Amino acid sequence: MSDILPFLKSMISTSGLSGYEAPIAELIAKEWTPLADEVTRSRLGSVHGFKRGSGAAKPRPSVLIATHMDAIGLMVSRIDGEFLHITSLGGIDPRVLPGTPVTVHASQSRTNLPGVIAMPPAHLLPEDKNSGVISIPYLLVDTGLTARELAKHVHVGDLISFATPPVELGEGLLSGHSIDNRASVAALTLCLQALKNSAHVWDVWAVATTQEEVGGLGAETSTFALRPTIAIAVDVTFASGPGASGYETFALGKGLTLGIGPTIHPFLYQRMKEVAQRIEIPAQDEPMPAYSGTDGDALQLTAEGIPTMVLSIPERYMHTPVEVVAMKDIQRAGRLLAEFIASLEEDFMSKMKWD
Amino acid sequence: MLSIAQPQFKLLEKLCNAMSVSGDEGEVRRIVLEEIKPYADEIQVDALGSVLARKKSAVKNPLRVLLDAHMDEVGFMIVHDEGDGIYQFKTVGGIDSRHLAGKQVIVGKDHLPGVIGLKPIHLAERSELRHAPEVDALRIDLGAGKAKIGERATFATKFQRAGGSILSKAIDDRIGIAILIEILKHAPKQIELCLSFSVQEEIGLRGAKVAGHYFEPDLAIAVDSTPARDLPHHEGEENYLYNARLGFGPAIYMANNSTIDDPRLVRFLAQMGDKHKVQYQFRQPGGGGTNAGAIQRSRAGAPVISVSVPHRYTHSPVSISRVADWKNTLNLLHISLQEMTRELLHR
Repeated sequence: MSDILPFLKSMISTSGLSGYEAPIAELIAKEWTPLADEVTRSRLGSVHGFKRGSGAAKPRPSVLIATHMDAIGLMVSRIDGEFLHITSLGGIDPRVLPGTPVTVHASQSRTNLPGVIAMPPAHLLPEDKNSGVISIPYLLVDTGLTARELAKHVHVGDLISFATPPVELGEGLLSGHSIDNRASVAALTLCLQALKNSAHVWDVWAVATTQEEVGGLGAETSTFALRPTIAIAVDVTFASGPGASGYETFALGKGLTLGIGPTIHPFLYQRMKEVAQRIEIPAQDEPMPAYSGTDGDALQLTAEGIPTMVLSIPERYMHTPVEVVAMKDIQRAGRLLAEFIASLEEDFMSKMKWD
Repeated sequence: MLSIAQPQFKLLEKLCNAMSVSGDEGEVRRIVLEEIKPYADEIQVDALGSVLARKKSAVKNPLRVLLDAHMDEVGFMIVHDEGDGIYQFKTVGGIDSRHLAGKQVIVGKDHLPGVIGLKPIHLAERSELRHAPEVDALRIDLGAGKAKIGERATFATKFQRAGGSILSKAIDDRIGIAILIEILKHAPKQIELCLSFSVQEEIGLRGAKVAGHYFEPDLAIAVDSTPARDLPHHEGEENYLYNARLGFGPAIYMANNSTIDDPRLVRFLAQMGDKHKVQYQFRQPGGGGTNAGAIQRSRAGAPVISVSVPHRYTHSPVSISRVADWKNTLNLLHISLQEMTRELLHR
């Protein structure tokens, strides 16, 4: 398999907050164009890469693989002289914000301004808000510009991304922001590369979805438009590490997780498990007792309902500016997806059993 | 007037990106030694690791003036290897632990990249989210990298310029180091200029204590960087406790926890600023301390004063200062040294 690291690094250096995915969508569409038969965009901005299958059935069954490309971030809520007040876009823990370098995407000047999230001294905050964790409405962003300069650049509503650059933590581990879920987009890209040289009966829809972090809007609408026979959500899951242990966490770099729970169709789980075992890709079961917390929840409930599977890549420090993922797990996910797709026979659906 | 141009920015960038945690200041020391070699008459590294330099005067029995800036920065020390690239660490110097989670760090002489992560928000209990994580609960994650116990670490943030500002992890006090080097390059002839590039300021003004003893100066100036708490009040009330403000020039000290600055020197610096139209501000008297406090009580004592370039977000991954304040601090000090005579110390 190819070295996907440079593409993943460029993805996590490209902005694409929920609802504003255009820059990252463009990058992904460009990467997928030589790998797919057709690359299109949904009404809500998701990237659709279509790869025709070889099956004779009409209509040909299709599998949709959803990897969300949107990232969490912040938005300017108010401008106060040299400072920006902020609000969150997606699930952000205020405990990681003070001192974090950010990029302000200034809409008036169409420039990217460097900045930092500032924690104001206690005497400037209301008494019941000025100690311990300072919540997001009380934090500020400082760009180093004067009030006059800032007013020429920034509008209320402008987006703010984390600015932590990608770094490799030794061999095979990548750290940065927005690895959730660009890591899965990278895996899907590897899958498309593998499918170039491998026969598959089913049609394939590779989808980079929008707005997962704010409710799965892209997944829901793309699935409705494309109406696949089955669907797979690929996302990151919790890797064990400092502060994170227990049944919800999985070792980093030691393989993937296969979801089990009401979101997941047991027959798809079974097939994916068999494929993983056959090609010797380590995959643990991940209990998802109610929701999967991924695009899978939206995929399953689209139209008259779609059999859904959730595949996950362990990641440390999810939703912080310093997420960590193992490149080996991304390679594994790409390969497992391709082998799973290649395993789908013409009459797979008729074999689908509940008991 | 001295100017801040490309060479000065390049030097400050190099100084700021170096790692020089208190007690392990080698990286900055090497830069300082290389920079001052062509200009100083005497250079030595003392018993603690400070760089002490002297520029002789052209006159007989000159006023001996000591300028001090500290080479060290706050940071971390690796204290325990938990395996799998996970390391426990302690802070060195005053760091608010709320600035740690979610940050990139560099570790050891090779600046090995690492991160300080945090349990994902999804897994945190509601009660956990209300409490800032303590240092003891956080770890440096080096992934596949390896560190040794005792190695130092600091924030990985790189020097940046934005508009009329500079952004860096270590403006405190690399900007003072840069100012001392620039003044040495344009050293006034009528004084004996002594320079102490001190170690271990952040953990108790240690380097300056012995440097003051060594030089036995007639007077001393600590050139440091002071916190600017000039942010807006959340409800729009006046912020009357700003300490110092960005864009208002060098902050002249009058009193803090370590010193009452010599009133003759306070008056003289202000007069020089007025006379030469160099903008300055008085730092609000209050807490904090600088190397002036250590030098003042060395040997039989020395008149001292502190002058600081203000910066926001002290001891955090990113501090911000204004280039104009840097330039005005450099020039206020330079013209003051040029016009300084023994008269100044007569009561």
